Formats: sequence, structure tokens, C-alpha cells
Amino acid sequence: MKLNFEHIQAAHCENGVTTSLLRYNGVDRITEPLAFGIGSGLFFVYIPFLKINKGPALAFRTMPGMIFKRTCKSLGIPVIRKKFRSKEEAQQILDQCLEAGQPVGCQVGVYYLTYFPKEYRFHFNAHNLIVFGKEQDDYLISDPVMEKATSLSSYELERVRFAKGALAPRGQLYYPKEKRAVSKEQFSKAIETGIRRNVRDMLRIPGYFAGVKGIRYMGNTIKKWRDRLGLHKAGLYLAQLVRMQEEIGTGGGGFRFIYGAFLQEAHAYQPIDDLIEVSKEFTLSGDTWRNAAVHAAGIYKGRLTDQQDFNQLGDYLLEIAEVERRAFEKLSQIKWPS
Amino acid sequence: MKKEDIPQDPGALSKATKEVCYAVDQSGKYTTELSVGWDIKARALDVAWDDISQRVEAARQKVKNKEASPLLFFIELRLMDIPIVSAYTGFWKWQVKQHLKPSVFERLSEKKLAKYAVIFEVSVEELKTMNLNET
Repeated sequence: MKLNFEHIQAAHCENGVTTSLLRYNGVDRITEPLAFGIGSGLFFVYIPFLKINKGPALAFRTMPGMIFKRTCKSLGIPVIRKKFRSKEEAQQILDQCLEAGQPVGCQVGVYYLTYFPKEYRFHFNAHNLIVFGKEQDDYLISDPVMEKATSLSSYELERVRFAKGALAPRGQLYYPKEKRAVSKEQFSKAIETGIRRNVRDMLRIPGYFAGVKGIRYMGNTIKKWRDRLGLHKAGLYLAQLVRMQEEIGTGGGGFRFIYGAFLQEAHAYQPIDDLIEVSKEFTLSGDTWRNAAVHAAGIYKGRLTDQQDFNQLGDYLLEIAEVERRAFEKLSQIKWPS
Repeated sequence: MKKEDIPQDPGALSKATKEVCYAVDQSGKYTTELSVGWDIKARALDVAWDDISQRVEAARQKVKNKEASPLLFFIELRLMDIPIVSAYTGFWKWQVKQHLKPSVFERLSEKKLAKYAVIFEVSVEELKTMNLNET
């Protein structure tokens, strides 16, 4: 059985799943940047006392699951989300959804994800894909970062749905509860809500390691890495920084570019010229993230070894923090017509 | 990023797929384009894998010197750690730690060994001997 489902490739998995599922359920206007922006996806967090894959724990976007949840909520679409104890039940419910003609979003781990290249298969559990059909023992899979739809055997799918470790998905599946038309006005309102929430997350979040403050904090910390960790370990940490920034399909500070694209698309719904202006700031921020990555590569390739090189890298991040602070301040001052 | 600046460096990912990138065109408008990869990113991945192969080699030595059981070698080879192994096998973490001792590992039942073999995707024989036919 195969649902009449169109595979859409996206830059980022959760954006892609959100976009595809909403389109299938009748929300024709949704695009990847809109899903990302309405879900207030842009974020930064660096948790110094936590380690992931033996490197620093950091993220360039909001918590897994939030983009789907917030976007649907803002557009007034009820959501079903389930976790499972039992693998059998997880498969049963999935099969029932497919029978009922509903493609389903699943959170999975990438370690046992067979169609991924081996080099990318780390123990990372916050990947998202859509199951849209079943043929004999094979499930049809639309993975938004892949160019084409693919498939997994029921064993392979079960294995990735019940991946273990940090952020274990526990068979988690989710989908919009019903088909609904969403008006242009609802979109305008949702865009406003999404931007306001993102301003709050980036500027006003308490603590020193999240939002714009988090970028600044990391910039200052990096300057100390050469002395504290030694060149080898500092190189490993910086490689991890670049890899997180570069999660498959986000192309170099890519989330910043997606947000820039979002603000441009938002302008069609909310004709406020500041949106276009601020979009340019995010392009600048994304470009600076890319420059920082190039510079960091100099260090982990062993070409740059001086304290001064670490200082310069730290300064890139301070510069980014300033650009993003300015951008979000401008967004916070927008006078929304309502 | 300008559309014409989107990197096109073939790497590990390009065997499986191309990726979508957002960039601005000449009029400053955002658009998407496929990329086969970026060298900077590929190098970062290399660094991570170099580190892993060093760990694996160190683990192999330790097993040879009877300082650890083959379990350590496979934990490193499969990028795992004790909490992950514990979660996949259902053993307690302290049990996994025990099994890391060569003397304890040698006495493990076939059933327990089989559990490890499944998560490491090897046979019990390979698990004991560390002789792998993998590329």
C-alpha cells in the first residue's frame, strides 16, 4: 500500500517533515522557511558541562520536535504524538495510520539508518523522517534530506525508531490530526507569533549559555581552548563545532540562511520593509558562521596553531553574536498591524 | 551566501545524496540549490573519524595486553559508550563494566555474548576473536 504522497527534499529534516505532512493535510502555502520561522527554529545553545560524542554539546536550532509542534499550533492544527514502550504496539499503530491514509512523522536515530553513508552514522537520535506506505515487509520512507524517497525493512525501521542513548526516540511518531485549510490571515498571525517567540528565545532567555549570550560565551570560551585542552583536543572540539553547524543539509550556518529566507517569505504576508532589511542581517550572520568554520578548519587541519588564531576564531563568534543581537532587536521593535 | 558561492566539493555524502542549500540570487532574493558537499565539512568529519580509529587501535592494544575484554574494542569500533551499550543490551551499566574485564568476559554465557553480537552487528565468534572482515 502506498499513499499518494509527494517526497519533498529539504535542507533540514524536521522542517522537511513538517512541510510535507502539512502539505499532505491540506496546508498548501507551507514552505520549509515558513515552517522553520513559524516554529521559531533559530537558536543557539552551548552547554559546557555536557558532552555529545566526546565533544562539546551545542545546537544551532531549537529542541527536536519543537518546530513541528509550534508550527502546527500556531496554524491551529491539532497534533497527535505518541511514544511507545512496546515495539509491537509501535508498529501496529504505525500500520493503522497508514491504513487510514495518514503518512506519519517518526523520530529516529541515524546510527542504524542503512541508507545513510557510513561516515554520517553517529549515535544521533533526533533525526526525522516520514513513513508513507508499506509494500510487503518494506516501509516506504521519505527522508527530507535525501533527494529521493527510499525504503526500510520493518526490522530496520524498528531499530532506528527504538535507537538508544541521549534523546532516545522511543518509537515516537506524530502527525496532524485532521485535514484543515489555513487562511492567509492565520499565516500572518502565525508569522508574527513565530518571530516574537524567536526574539524571546534568542534575546531574553535566562542563563549565560543560550541565545545570543550563548554565542558570545562560546566565543570567549574558544579563546581559552588552546591552553586548556591542548591543540589536539581543541581541534577535535572545533571539528565538532563545524559538524554541528553543518548537520547534514544545513550548508554552513545554514539555519541562518533559512531564517533569512523565512523573513523574505514573511514579507509577502506582512508587508513590513524591516523584514527584508533584517533578512540581510541573517545572510551576514550565516556568512560569518561560514567564515568561522573555514578558520576553524585551519586549526583542526593543523595549519593554524597560534593563540592568536584561537583569538581570531573567538572574535568571529563575538561578531556573530553582535549581528544576531542587532537583528533580533530590530525584529522586536517591529510594530505589527493587528 | 550567494548562489554562485555554494560549495560543490564531492565527499562522503555525495555517494548517497545531494543536499539543499539556501542562498541569495543576484537580486538578493533567497532561493535553493543542490550542493554535493563542502570540503570544510568533509575535513571536520575526517577529524572525527581519525579520532575514532585512534581509539579503536588503542582499544585493540589493550585487549591484546589483557587489560580489557574485546568488548572495549567493539564499543569504540561502534562509536558507543557504556550508557549506550547498557541501553541497547538491557544489561546494567555495572554489568557492562564487569564484562570489560577479560576474566569475566571469558566466562560469559552464549546468550549474553549473543546480545552483544547483535548490537555490534557481528557473530559471536567475531566478538570473541575480533577478526572482522569489514572494510
